[in-house]
Amino acid sequence: MRAPDTNEILLQIDGVALSFGGVRALRDVSFNIRKGEIRAIIGPNGAGKTSMLNVINGFYHPDHGAITFKGRTRTKMQPFEAARGGIARTFQNVALFKGMSALDNIMAGRTLKVRRGLLWQILRYGPALAEEVEHRHRVEEIIDFLEIEAIRKVPVARLPYGLQKRVELGRALAMEPDLLLLDEPMAGMNLEEKEDMSRFIIDVNNHYGTTIALIEHDMAVVMDLSHRVAVLDHGVKIADGTPDEVKKNQAVLDAYLGVAH
Amino acid sequence: MLYRETGQFKTAYAQDMAIFPIRQDRIGLGILLGIAFIGVPLLATFHIWPFGRDYLLWAILLPFLVLALAAIGTNILVGYCGQISLGSGAFMAIGAYSAYKLGTGVHIPLAWLGFAISIPPLPVLASILLGGLAAAGCGILFGIPSLRIKGLYLAVATLAAQFFFDWVFLRVPWFTNYAPSGSVNAPELNFFGAVVQTPVERYLLCLTFVTVIAFLAKNLVRGNLGRQWMAIRDMDIAAELIGIRPLYAKLTAFAVSSFIIGVAGALWAFVYLGSWEPLAFSIDRSLQLLFMVIIGGLGSIMGSFVGAAFILIVPIMLNLIPTELGVPLSTETITHLEFIIFGSLICYLLIKEPHGFARLISICKEKLRLWPFPY
Repeated sequence: MRAPDTNEILLQIDGVALSFGGVRALRDVSFNIRKGEIRAIIGPNGAGKTSMLNVINGFYHPDHGAITFKGRTRTKMQPFEAARGGIARTFQNVALFKGMSALDNIMAGRTLKVRRGLLWQILRYGPALAEEVEHRHRVEEIIDFLEIEAIRKVPVARLPYGLQKRVELGRALAMEPDLLLLDEPMAGMNLEEKEDMSRFIIDVNNHYGTTIALIEHDMAVVMDLSHRVAVLDHGVKIADGTPDEVKKNQAVLDAYLGVAH
Repeated sequence: MLYRETGQFKTAYAQDMAIFPIRQDRIGLGILLGIAFIGVPLLATFHIWPFGRDYLLWAILLPFLVLALAAIGTNILVGYCGQISLGSGAFMAIGAYSAYKLGTGVHIPLAWLGFAISIPPLPVLASILLGGLAAAGCGILFGIPSLRIKGLYLAVATLAAQFFFDWVFLRVPWFTNYAPSGSVNAPELNFFGAVVQTPVERYLLCLTFVTVIAFLAKNLVRGNLGRQWMAIRDMDIAAELIGIRPLYAKLTAFAVSSFIIGVAGALWAFVYLGSWEPLAFSIDRSLQLLFMVIIGGLGSIMGSFVGAAFILIVPIMLNLIPTELGVPLSTETITHLEFIIFGSLICYLLIKEPHGFARLISICKEKLRLWPFPY
């Protein structure tokens, strides 16, 4: 795919290290994400990909290193602060609010945009109602975009896995994020669902201009979708570049296929 | 056939987001409110069956309304926000005693500072609402542990609130205005000149409170704050990642829940009991409220009403049926039988329908909408 024209850096990771007791999940990892690009992070199981996402959105606090997002450098941050900064994410295992309908799940994604407080919401009249309707409009646009009109009132626990993933993407989109982190958006999907999801990811990137960082195991998908790929192995970045460059990289081939002894 | 949405087209999101989007529901609710606000008082005033005596009004409808209100409060915390609480009885007590103190005048002698804080007796309505606010304040205080602990451990922490306030109201004579017996009497129920005395007036007063608060609570739970509570309940990690602050969501749930429970406590004391002791708000009350929301349906305002009705009416039925059948049982046997039947009924219900009566009703409604072609 054609890379975006701009070279403006949205997120810069500098020498991030993270360890859990004796396990060193990330060792001195540095890379950047440019504004408007689709950036893939790949690597074998246990390479530290999900840990990397968790560091980016404030779930884990790195032992060393700095994260610069939209020009602001920080090391310690709470997840809701990351959300406020414009970082949204989906999970490897779907993390929807099971007791709520698809519509309510996506509406919940609008939380940060809600301006009227407790007392207005109790009355639900005038400006408060107008605001609620306004959010509903935005959410309905996302529902249209993701083609889930028919299931909007269904409790998400009753939905099949593929649709749950779609609702989760919708919830992240409702936040109107600057950076969207997708943790294995296609895990456990069949070919058709993967094609749908790929289409949505490309559309999100094209239409909304959202920068996307995704972790994925399906190499065909990664190579087709992403502009640039970073490869992690045992917590170390072993390669970084365009899909073509990465494909030819000897270290990457060794990590995935093993080295003859 | 009757419960069908066919032909009811919605042309604006506001219509789809209305409190009762289906016309039949609106009509049903209108009829119900009509019966409650006009039918029952009329029948009761003229002593027409089944209101021949005041028994139905006094012993069933009045406690049902107040406890349903308390159950709504409990449901907001336990059902919507997922924070198990065993302290509802305590918050009812706080509402009751705060309203009592405010209604009879507060006097705090601060001898070492050389002056005293005195507040003259407030009107009843103000003291009931302020009693609710006092309960909300205590609710926030005892909700702080919920930021660290979850589930059963939180239940234990709220249990501490229950025992602490039981103790305070029993042992600190200031709260009971130094009444030697520990029992206190409610002030006159004077609402802007209209004195509420007869059972019918008391019933109407509670009904008004319950209706207004139930509507406002429903507004809240289907708005953004309600979604925040449910998000915290269903998956707190994901909730945080979409920008929900756990601190704000949990403490507002504690505050709103305690406010409603506090108002219910004040009504229970002022309107239903008239005079009361701390025993009226013991741990039994907390458990009763918890049962109500579990049986009625966690996360449902309507479920709170159904649960309250079930918990109150079943024991009475169990009492009445043997008498009607002409099987004379000793009071002891009845009490034991009541426990046995009641307990097994609850177990059976929870196994068959763990989401309570509210879920059962919504399933029925869904089926009805498609009946007689279930596809």
